[in-house]
Amino acid sequence: MSDKKSIIPIGPYHPLQEEPEFWKLIVEGEKVVDVDVRIGYNHRGIEKISESKSFDQSLFIVERICGICSSSHPIACVEAIEDICGIEVPERALYIRTITQELERIHSHMLWLGLAGHFIGYNTVFMWGWKYREPICDIMETITGNRQNYAMHKVGGVRRDIEKEHVAYILSRLDEFLKQLDMLKGAILDDPVLHARLKGVGILTKEAAIEYSALGPVARASGVDIDARRDHPYGVYRKVKWNVITQKEGDVFAKTVVRVLEMFESASIVRQCLDQMAEGPIDAKPKDIPPGEGIGVIEAPRGECFHYVKCDGSNSPVRHKIRAPTYMNFPTFRETVVGETVSDATIIMAAIDPCYCCTERAIVVDTNDKELFKAEDLIRLSQEKTRRIREKMGVK
Amino acid sequence: MTALLYIFAFLIFPGLLFSGSMGLLVGWIDRKVTARLQWRVGPPWYQNFLDLIKLALYKETLIPSGVSGAMFLGMPVLALTSATLVSTILFLINGSPRTGFIGDVIVVVYLLLIPAVALILGGFASANSLASLGSSREMKLMLSYELPFILALIVVIMKCGCAIRLGDIIMYQRSHGDIFMNPSGGISFFVMLICIQAKLGFVPFDMPEAETEIMAGAYIEYSGKALAIFKLARAVLLFVIPVFLITLYFGGIKLSLDGLVKAMIEYLLILILMIVVKNTNPRVRIDQAMKFFWGVVTVLALLSLALAYLGR
Repeated sequence: MSDKKSIIPIGPYHPLQEEPEFWKLIVEGEKVVDVDVRIGYNHRGIEKISESKSFDQSLFIVERICGICSSSHPIACVEAIEDICGIEVPERALYIRTITQELERIHSHMLWLGLAGHFIGYNTVFMWGWKYREPICDIMETITGNRQNYAMHKVGGVRRDIEKEHVAYILSRLDEFLKQLDMLKGAILDDPVLHARLKGVGILTKEAAIEYSALGPVARASGVDIDARRDHPYGVYRKVKWNVITQKEGDVFAKTVVRVLEMFESASIVRQCLDQMAEGPIDAKPKDIPPGEGIGVIEAPRGECFHYVKCDGSNSPVRHKIRAPTYMNFPTFRETVVGETVSDATIIMAAIDPCYCCTERAIVVDTNDKELFKAEDLIRLSQEKTRRIREKMGVK
Repeated sequence: MTALLYIFAFLIFPGLLFSGSMGLLVGWIDRKVTARLQWRVGPPWYQNFLDLIKLALYKETLIPSGVSGAMFLGMPVLALTSATLVSTILFLINGSPRTGFIGDVIVVVYLLLIPAVALILGGFASANSLASLGSSREMKLMLSYELPFILALIVVIMKCGCAIRLGDIIMYQRSHGDIFMNPSGGISFFVMLICIQAKLGFVPFDMPEAETEIMAGAYIEYSGKALAIFKLARAVLLFVIPVFLITLYFGGIKLSLDGLVKAMIEYLLILILMIVVKNTNPRVRIDQAMKFFWGVVTVLALLSLALAYLGR
């Protein structure tokens, strides 16, 4: 490396990405001349773990690939397993899956919007975006019992039904969210300073997006009209009216527009689903998984999520292959970041909504079969900690 | 005796102790208003003092290897000294406008520049590529905002009958009304306000320390006492620059009850305006900032200069 070049490490210590991955920006002054992405520092071996578990347990582990996509991965996985046995999933279950999937998309995009604001120094958007995401988390809690890691999906259906009395609450919270989103949309998409900052920055052309196999909002912002929800229909996406949002420009602003508009589409899908949903069973209760192989392709918030499961008739997968979207979007950096300045490089890298969990999977802690804590111990520890905190803060 | 008085003025009131603690308090207003704008609660009023004490007393001061210690550690002190000097001069002259010396406006302008220069030198002295990126950005930013800043200042000087003594500027405004009330004065005030935003390193002009890009830029290698002194210098600047604006555009601070209340209200308005601008904008790129300052802002400054020349 010549003297003029230096490295800006965007990795574990850089405030842009406090995760164990390393993006090496090689810069000359302010200009980025090359970029290198290093991942695999924290390989979790999820596929291998899944292969040693029963199907129900492997859903548990798959859900923990990513906290944000904790509905997408299980859905893709059950789709793959159901593909093997050809189960007819009850319609109501499909509706509920679609609803959780779309709510997850909204909360993930909102989260990204906030972070993107933070990355360009607009902390107000960061705080507001995350506050406005709260109603969605509350709805999720109402439907599934959890704000994250929903534990909602199982082979043949879903675990919990949406109660009738909850529908009005869900709709009212959704309205509340949409009002705020409308305001935020105006504040973001019409801000001249943001236009100056984001337009024409980090352009990914349509050809390059296809060549690099970019997925999800990244591809759609470059004019590539792909969406697994339409191209490989699952759930009830055929039965509701919605549009695939695309933009031609391929810059950071287009990616923002795609995500913001997708949130409106998702909200509309949730509303239609709640409207159309008929009463009925939510679980097909399958008995065995026959030998065979199946795939599940779904559209996660960051793009197409692919699961392949092979089964030999036992109660655990023989092979479980997962392809998460961020992994496929990383290579586009070379196209978008090189030639830009350091100021723009960070927001361009953040614009693919990089997810560390997409590229690395769960850690197994081996305690040599010793049980470290019983359930009571955990509860006791938790209560003790709460007491300590309360004492410290002087709360009775 | 006079020498002792000046030392007292520099160290206690209105110098280091007073403006330092006021700066930290004002910094709390900044944090609190920012927090309220962002639906957060915000820290208690003494948070900045705690932060400073923690940095100064409990944190290690590291000097990167292969770095000139004197240069590296001298820069924060230089920044603090000049910021405190500005505060001392401004308050002494506001207290008795007849004192001061010919050209003290120019001295204040230079002293206000020194913290930025100290930051640049400190950044280059820390032998870190990110710090030098930050320093080079700070340098470019300084070059861009100084031109309209000086032009706006010339408007004030012209309006006051070419007075380059702060005392004369204050006295002129007490007999002829605030400069802010003139069309030229109003425009130059807003030019000044935008330049101040950059001088204080507030968003949208915080690219020299952009934490999500270059990890605090020039400050990156600073820690412990050195960082505390830099932070204190920033706090003093935050306190003193609005006072400078009040002196130039609102006739300074009169030592009477209504004069103090007026000054306080003006001070808070300026401060809150800056904080609101800071919280409703994203960070711009350095080239965009340069274009903005040398384009729109300089044109505005020239316009107010022309108006002032025409006697408006």
